[in-house]
Amino acid sequence: MVRRHDFDEGLNQLRELLIQMGTRMDEALKMAVESLKSSDLVKAEEVIRRDAELNALEEEILELGSQLIITQQPVAKDLRRIIVAFKISSDLERMGDLARDIAKVTVRMDGQPNVKPLVDIPQMASIASTMISESIRSYMDENTDLAYKMAKDDDEVDELYGSMLRELYNLLLEKPEAAPQMMLLQMVGRYIERIADHATNIGENVVFLVTGRRPDLNP
Amino acid sequence: MEPIIRTENLDLYYDQFHALKSVNLDIPEKAATAFIGPSGCGKSTLLRTLNRMNDQIAGTRIEGLVSLAGADIYDKNMEVESLRKRVGMVFQQPNPFPKSIYENVAYGPRLQGISKKSELDQIVEESLKQAALWEEVKDFLKRSALGLSGGQQQRLCIARALAVKPDVLLMDESTSALDPISTAKIEDLIREIKNRYTIVMVTHNMHQAARISDKTVFFLNGEVIEAAETKTLFSTPEDSRTEDYISGRFG
Repeated sequence: MVRRHDFDEGLNQLRELLIQMGTRMDEALKMAVESLKSSDLVKAEEVIRRDAELNALEEEILELGSQLIITQQPVAKDLRRIIVAFKISSDLERMGDLARDIAKVTVRMDGQPNVKPLVDIPQMASIASTMISESIRSYMDENTDLAYKMAKDDDEVDELYGSMLRELYNLLLEKPEAAPQMMLLQMVGRYIERIADHATNIGENVVFLVTGRRPDLNP
Repeated sequence: MEPIIRTENLDLYYDQFHALKSVNLDIPEKAATAFIGPSGCGKSTLLRTLNRMNDQIAGTRIEGLVSLAGADIYDKNMEVESLRKRVGMVFQQPNPFPKSIYENVAYGPRLQGISKKSELDQIVEESLKQAALWEEVKDFLKRSALGLSGGQQQRLCIARALAVKPDVLLMDESTSALDPISTAKIEDLIREIKNRYTIVMVTHNMHQAARISDKTVFFLNGEVIEAAETKTLFSTPEDSRTEDYISGRFG
């Protein structure tokens, strides 16, 4: 039988950790894209360094959630709250890795100027960043409307990624010598597109938390 | 699943106290059904209604219908003795007779007129096997049942109940006085036999209900709040009172 007071306190701690993870993940993405735009190697290194903190937060969530399951034997929505915290933290951890990968691209470009001004990437990153805060908010408020809205945001990111690929392809024909850099930029686009997918996964988990059923918002 | 027991608009009063309120419930055959709910919610009262144990409590008044395989068990033509042969019961505290292990199990069949030794031997062995006790006692069947551990005594009581081949086995918190290992053995045996008998159990241990029952019924203040497949009730209950209870918000 769940002892409510301790359990509620534990759930609050889980929530706090997830907010922390979400906030840091969002910062990491913004900094990584910023580092790419301004060829800022110091910033990029900072993103790479901070990834370990996100990993540590995920570990902490796994540890706390396991303790809550062992000591409180939760059922129904209480159990889903913990399962979902595990899944969200794992998505956020992966998103953190992808932000780190963007920063690594900055490092690989090693200060060389961009072949073209970055347009699609910052725009995709801005939507992804909104999705990250929405995903955390939908978890906090158990708001499924927000979760479904994120599926639409994700479509937008996918479209931008598609048009970015087409643009890069045309550019490649014009400036074959810039191919290495364009391949790196294509990877960045892919990383952001994946980040948005993970944010959508979080939305799916929120729907599962609230309804006990799993929708597919990421078909 | 076909219901073997059905209650329709069942009300039960202990003098002025309205203990069961318009209970409509189907209990599926050859499956385990668990009754859960806070103390005083009516779950044990309903269990005792199913084999008329409440008859012995003065001031008890029943309205509505309780049927077993279609027959009204409160009908004036219903013989209580034969009802209790079909609906056996195991209590919270093990209550073996102060007799040998063998005689405890053979007692019921003897009352039914079975006297042939080979036949009794076979019933005793079969019942003890079903109760997962045979291996532990087969060489000491003549020893007193009172020398067994609490968990063994409880399994002996289950064997004794099964020896008369009942349709239904009622279990009133039958593991709450036992240690975790004995409890696990009884849960295992319930899982083992529930495809052959209809089991109705009252338990204060929600997780026990979640582990071994097929259907769970949640009671509150004499009413059935929710009756559902166990998996559903413990993952996505429909009524917020059920969710609150299983989540430890009251009770």
